This record gives sequence, C-alpha cells and structure tokens, in this order.
Amino acid sequence: MTASHSVLAQLNTGERAVALIGGDATDANLRRYLHGIPGIDAVGLEQRAAALGTRSIKTSSKKWAIDKIISLIDLTTLEGADTPGKVRSLVGKALTPDPGDPSCPRVAAVCVYGDMVPHAVAALGSAHSAGTDAGVNVAAVATAFPSGRASLAVKLADVRDAVEAGADEIDMVIDRGAFLSGRFAQVYDEIVAVKHSCRRADGSAAHLKVILETGELSTYDNVRRASWLAILAGADFIKTSTGKVPVAATLPVTLSMLEVVRDWHRLTGAKIGVKPAGGIRTSKDATKYLVTVAETVVEEWLTPGLFRFGASSLLNDVLMQRQKVTSGHYSGPDYVTMD
Amino acid sequence: MTRLAVPKTYKLYLGGTFPRSESGRVYEIRSHDGEFLANAAKASRKDARDAVVAARSALGGWAGATAYNRGQVLYRIAELLEGRRAQFMAEIVQAEGVTPAAASAQVDEAIDRWVWYAGWADKYLQVAGNANPVSGPYFNLSVPDPTGVVAIIAPQTGGSLLGLVSAVAPALVSGNTVVVIANETMPLSAISLGEVLATSDVPGGVVNVLTGSPAEMAPWLASHADVNALDLVGAGDLDWVHLEIDAAETLTRVLQPENGPDAASPSLARILAFTETKTIWHTKGLI
Repeated sequence: MTASHSVLAQLNTGERAVALIGGDATDANLRRYLHGIPGIDAVGLEQRAAALGTRSIKTSSKKWAIDKIISLIDLTTLEGADTPGKVRSLVGKALTPDPGDPSCPRVAAVCVYGDMVPHAVAALGSAHSAGTDAGVNVAAVATAFPSGRASLAVKLADVRDAVEAGADEIDMVIDRGAFLSGRFAQVYDEIVAVKHSCRRADGSAAHLKVILETGELSTYDNVRRASWLAILAGADFIKTSTGKVPVAATLPVTLSMLEVVRDWHRLTGAKIGVKPAGGIRTSKDATKYLVTVAETVVEEWLTPGLFRFGASSLLNDVLMQRQKVTSGHYSGPDYVTMD
Repeated sequence: MTRLAVPKTYKLYLGGTFPRSESGRVYEIRSHDGEFLANAAKASRKDARDAVVAARSALGGWAGATAYNRGQVLYRIAELLEGRRAQFMAEIVQAEGVTPAAASAQVDEAIDRWVWYAGWADKYLQVAGNANPVSGPYFNLSVPDPTGVVAIIAPQTGGSLLGLVSAVAPALVSGNTVVVIANETMPLSAISLGEVLATSDVPGGVVNVLTGSPAEMAPWLASHADVNALDLVGAGDLDWVHLEIDAAETLTRVLQPENGPDAASPSLARILAFTETKTIWHTKGLI
C-alpha cells in the first residue's frame, strides 16, 4: 500500500489493482498481497460487535431507524417455487409495504432469480428506477446462484441475460472452492469478467454485488481477504451470503466487511456498499446493523446506494414495529401480508 | 451449626424457558405475616409482548394436536401436580396463612379440576358441535375451533393455585395458547406450576406465566392486536372497562371479571368462551 490516495483515485479499477498488488493479478501476487493484510482479532471483533448490539435506540430514533430499515431492504424471493404471480405480489409489497399507511417508504429493490426479472420489471412499470435515483431497483442473482458451480461461459450468459431483461443490480457468487484452495486469480478474473458483462449497450452498467458466502469461508481472516479481493476486482457492493447455507449474515462478519470498506475509502476515496443477507428477521437485529454502519464507517453509508439488507421476512417484523409506533399498541401477523 | 438461608429468585416462564424479566426488575414476595419468601421477576410490557410471540408460535402445534392427545397431556399435568403436592401445600400455607388441611384441600381441588377439564378435551366438540338440518343434499356441520392466543389475568384473591388452574385449564382444552399474569402478591404457586409444565408434555409456549403488576401489563395485552381473547377473571380491581374498550379496538373476545369464592368455577361455558364456531357444508355422496 505504497501509492497515495490522490494517485489511486485517478486510476481505473484494473490499474488500481495492479498498483496496489504490485504486479499483475496472478495467484502468487494476490496471495502475497491478501496474506499481507493484518489478521483479525476474532475475540476483539466479536466483543466490538456485541457492544454495538447493546446501544439503546428509543422513540424518535427508533422511528427513524424503522423507516430507514425499510428503505434499505432488498425484498427477496429466491425459491424454486417462485412464479410470475409471486413476483408480482412481491413487487406490490415493495411499492406499498403497508397499504394502510401511505407514509410508509418503499423498499430499495426487489431481488429475484434471473428468469423472473422481466416479470419484476413489468410489475414495477413506471416505479422501476431504471438507472434513476427514484423508484425501486430490480436485482437479479446470477452466476449459477447459489453454488456458483458452472462454467464461466454459463455464468456470464446468466448475467447478460438478466442485464438485458432490465436488471439494475447483479448479485453474483464467488467461486468459494477456488478461493479456499488459494486460486485467487481465478476468483479475481471471474469477478472482472462478470463486471464486464454487466455493461449495457448504452454504456451504462448494472451494479455488481459480490456474494462472499461468508458461512463457507470459515474464518474472519478469509472474509477480510475475500472482501479485499472482490473490491480490487471491481465490486460495487460486497454481500455476506446467499441465504442458502446454514450460517448467513452475522454482526461480526458484517462489521469486518465494513472495516474493509472503511479502509478502502481511506485508501482510494471510493465508496463500496455492504449488504448483509440472510438470517436478519427482526427489527431489533436490523437496528444493530444500522448502529454498526454508523459507528464503523459513517452515517453517510446509510443510503440504498451503499447499504442494503437482503431479507424476506424482515419487512413484516419492521412493519409490525412501525404500526406499534404509529398506533401505540402492539400489532400482529394478521395485520401484515403473508408472503 | 446454622446454615445460611438460600432464598430463591424466581423467573418468568416464557416459550418453555425461564428467562429473567427483560427489564431486570424483581420484587419481593412476602408470606401472609410479612416474612420474606423469595424474589420474583417483575415482568414488563416487553416480556408480555415476548410471551404473546411465544404463544402465537406454539398455537399451530397445540391446536393441531388431536383432541385425544390434548386430553392426555392435560391429564399428565394433574399427575405431576399430585407428585409435587407437598411443595404446593407448603407454598400455599406460607403465602395464604391457611392451615395445612385447607392447603391440602385446595391442591386436591386444583388437581381434580385439571382432570375434569382434561376429560372435556375430546368431548366438548360433541356437546357444542352440531349437524344442522338443511334443505339440500348437504351435510352441514358446526364445530367449535380454538380462538387463538388467550391473555388471562389470574384471580388476585382466593386460593392462589386453584384460581390460576381454574383460569388456565379451560382455555387450554380446545387448543388455545395462554399468556397468564399470575396473582401479584402470591405468585409462587404460578411459578411452581410453570416448573411443572416445563417438565410435563405441554409444548413450550402453550402456557406462558408472567409475574408482576397486572395493572402495568394488562393494558398492553388488552390492546395487543395479536391477542385473540382476554379473560379478565382476576381484573376486578383494575380499570377493566377500559381494558375491554382497548380489546374491542382489535376485535378481541373478552370475558368479564368474576369475584367471590365461586369465581371461575368449572364449567363447559368457560371452555366454549374461547372457541369460535366454524360451519362447514359438504355434499352428501351421490351414489
């Protein structure tokens, strides 16, 4: 890390990676670089995360947090049993989360499988953001989600398919097998290739979220290395999990990823997003993540462009909390939609 | 040789576990003559909310169990009470200041009441349900279904064990799950009953016992949108009219307070108070 902030800020992604790694993105160079990153004090990290989880958030702050959480949700349905009708009802919920209260904000995006993108785009209609800041995005999981076990050609076709169908964001999975066996260059090249496939004919590009699947990476050190690798290769967002393995997003893992994002911002001035996904089900849990973001990077990160929750059942719990704040009495599952 | 006293700090019984109050508060329980007995958790409105969540998640399993199975599970509670009658008697004597004979009679009656209600589990349907005559080739059946989550304010006077059993057992018969606020000044029987339930076959979350101030928690349970019925049997000293009004806001079924020695006396009406009648039409076979 010899190059200065101003120099790095002017380079494009590939040149920046070469400057930082100190050579081409080969296995040897990447290993030297990634293994040179200081290790994580696991006990300290977990303690810090636990401490961040004890902040007391009351009344007006809670109200703010609830609306903020809703506006940061990627409302997700990733089931084998998904149908166009299910996607339409998901979009309906994304646009009016609480039909009884028009002041309730919209979610940031709907997240679906690639073949459901046209249905999501059609259902959103004029509410589809399509590159603007207003409206709801369509995110598609691609690259043989959730395992990522397919040839590169298939993965890239998967991505192009979703982008052409109108996806604004692509959630790709890294090849955990390659990462864990030290073939860092393969992972790096794949992310670069997927990033390239995210480009549209008009020169714009879909945002790329790189799923690290932290539940399969075993150690916090691996999470930190995978985060650096993904960002070096050009990820716009780093995402914890697919939600398809037993261990999904945890607060310590998200904290360690936020620390990478903070360091990257200090190093290059560029802002990378973070998306914890899977296992965040209650408003209380989500609030802990908001606190962690605000106290690790800065509150500026709490926008849909830089922080997201990947969740399906979280929204209902947040809506019940919102109804409690509005009406003064506890709400119940009968007062939110069944998904 | 004197021994140090080991006073117990009791906890709540929520979702099959024994947590402390979320608020961290406790209050002293004293015997009838003012002697310190133990500390009990003073539950807050958030504990009440957690209890409702636990009761809601247990509802499917309990209401879905066969009536025969529910009857067996309820009968097993009576068996376990019988096995721990000495403990319940001692607690009643300390708390209420009654004679051991009176305490024994109260425990007997509580056990008998469990057995009586357990027997109803696979019978109330036949009594309250009906095959209605209709002018067409249809079976038309009315059957009682459990209401859902029932919040109960246990009797605050009279026998501390008997009052609780009389209020909780009938709600369980049809498959409802229960959040009960125990007798505030004499909660030991309720907590011990929780310990009995935890080691019986009753699934966690079917009965949730809160100790503390009914005046503090009752309004939150009454207005809670996820509570389906409210048994105010022990709420006579509270501003229960307002509780009833709050409950009406979210269409909660309400049973009004009862006083006197016959409060919550065993009856089929108490079972049916927490049921909804479901009517089904079914074509007769066209053979």
